[in-house]
Amino acid sequence: MSAQPTCTPAADDSVIQVRGLANRFGTQVVHEGLDLDVRRGEILGVIGGSGTGKSVLMRSIVGLRRPNEGNVRVLGFDPHGSEEDRAAIERRTAVLFQEGALFSSLDVTENVEVALRQHLDLPSQLRGDIARLKIGLSGLPMDAARKLPSELSGGMKKRAGLARALALDPDILFLDEPTAGLDPVGAAQFDELILTLRDALGLTVFLITHDLDTLFTICDRVAVLAERRVLINAPLPEVIALPHPWIREYFHGPRARAAQNAHDAAGTPPA
Amino acid sequence: MSLLINRRKRRDAFHPEEPGLDASLVPMTQAVPMLPRFEIVRTSAGIVSVARGTWTVDHAAALSDELAAASSTQPAAIDASGLDSLDSTGAMLLLKALPLDASGAPDLERVNGLTPQRIALMRRVAQAVDGDSPPPMAPAALNALLANIGAAMLSILDQGRQLLGFLGLLITTWLRVLPRPARWRLTSVVHHLEQSGLNAVPIVALLSFLVGAVVAYLGATVLAQFGAGLYTVDLIGFAFLREFGGLLAAILVAGRSGSAFTAQIGAMKNREEIDALETIGLDPIEVLVLPRLAALLVALPILTFIAMMAGLLGGMAVGATSLDISPVLFISRLQESIPPQHFWVGMVKAPFFALLIALVGCLEGFKVSGSAESVGTHTTSSVVQSIFLVILLDAICAVVFMELDW
Repeated sequence: MSAQPTCTPAADDSVIQVRGLANRFGTQVVHEGLDLDVRRGEILGVIGGSGTGKSVLMRSIVGLRRPNEGNVRVLGFDPHGSEEDRAAIERRTAVLFQEGALFSSLDVTENVEVALRQHLDLPSQLRGDIARLKIGLSGLPMDAARKLPSELSGGMKKRAGLARALALDPDILFLDEPTAGLDPVGAAQFDELILTLRDALGLTVFLITHDLDTLFTICDRVAVLAERRVLINAPLPEVIALPHPWIREYFHGPRARAAQNAHDAAGTPPA
Repeated sequence: MSLLINRRKRRDAFHPEEPGLDASLVPMTQAVPMLPRFEIVRTSAGIVSVARGTWTVDHAAALSDELAAASSTQPAAIDASGLDSLDSTGAMLLLKALPLDASGAPDLERVNGLTPQRIALMRRVAQAVDGDSPPPMAPAALNALLANIGAAMLSILDQGRQLLGFLGLLITTWLRVLPRPARWRLTSVVHHLEQSGLNAVPIVALLSFLVGAVVAYLGATVLAQFGAGLYTVDLIGFAFLREFGGLLAAILVAGRSGSAFTAQIGAMKNREEIDALETIGLDPIEVLVLPRLAALLVALPILTFIAMMAGLLGGMAVGATSLDISPVLFISRLQESIPPQHFWVGMVKAPFFALLIALVGCLEGFKVSGSAESVGTHTTSSVVQSIFLVILLDAICAVVFMELDW
């Protein structure tokens, strides 16, 4: 699974630990006693209906939102703890936001270089080389390197966002609905890209998605958010087998069957 | 990268202070930061370079220096078995150090001691950096300066042309809507009247009052030297009725409402709401621009009147408190020395200022494209342009009215 032999995933080799997480907005309770483990080197798909707090969970883990209760550890650091802990997490995790969240006044290369400038003191030639490498890794053509985000298509924006996320070779990559708004061909290519990058760079991927094809083709495990907690966090066949009304509706609808059939026909069982 | 994590299965073993979290969980830092090394070793088999340590982006600068120092010797092979860790940046640098194969690409066969995963990483990185270099950024030089001046001149001309075109569009739309009262969108007009007119009254009144007081002090200082302190009243009357009332109101409205028009329409343009209007069959000019223009055409003359009165009041207050000109004297002096035509000279300009502000504000809004930054740029440009045009028009009017002896 992992590209880095020194960190072959063991059974309880978790890089993200969430314990007893509670998130409330006023009287609305989004999470209550939520536990979650993400293992090193895996691609974890996070699914759930609208309003089950998938993005809120991600924001709690990366430290953008302080949870009302509970504890989070990312690579052993506390995202809501000391300055050093937060700095370590910022340095070793990266987020691809839903719309890419590229800085609109900077071109693609400059977007990738932002984190490099912030965290490392590099000669500009080397910084440019690294930015070019990340743009190449994300599958963007080089003539996009000097374009502004407003000049890119939706799929290219996501790739540029991915290039920026990869700038510092993060250990953990958070993706918020990476294939939303892409056409099926673009979405399949993006799935493929995430898979090859995980294998090549040894990433751990926390992937929020609504895309059934993504779940079937690239996710090692799937965490289902429902009833304010993680209902199940297991490989896909086990998730599908769980007798729960929402899961039944989700995986046994016509779209899910179509995605599964397509996947079975392709002959690549879930990793 | 060593992993010092030892999660116990039993929940009761968790630390009491941090419920649910393992007390023995130690932050996973890289064990001992081993600096990356790149050394040339001469063996019986030839020159071999040895790569050791952590080849990661954190050490990229040091690594790059090491490679540059060793670049004079061309090794026959690279021994990479001593690498502690390798990320994509490290892989890119290692590729640069590799001898080239027949086709001119780095020869991956010549690096020894890499795990299959790391070879896969090297291949992926080689594939990513292969290809054209990105186009360089445009150099900032003298010709760039000249090009900027030229572009700025052209954009001024273009702006003028667009403004006239937009005015024409506005007039034709207005003529089309005018005979059909059902399409006048009175609700929208009233909303904008409140936003641009009523809500602006306090700030316009306060500012004009203060400027009136300042002008009164100025006048008193200069005129008292000639024993003509009473003429302060003439000064304030002429200044506020003819020029300052209208100018102050227009500048404030340009800053308050012109910018709001640009930002509102620009945000709608950004989110494709304008396109949505058109596909539904609604004319954006009719729906968005005409109500704003109508509201300003009503609001600005009223605000101008308020500014005139507040300015006179400011002068009167200063006169009464520190210049020995009682309010009664102030008003009678005003009545005998300033004929009403000066009031109308000030008022007649207000609708034209309103037209300019609405025109520029809405046009800049429609010019917004793509990014969020664009909304900001056009809002700034809208305020600058409308204030510039208002003052320009006022100056032209001042000359013309003077020549006409009004």
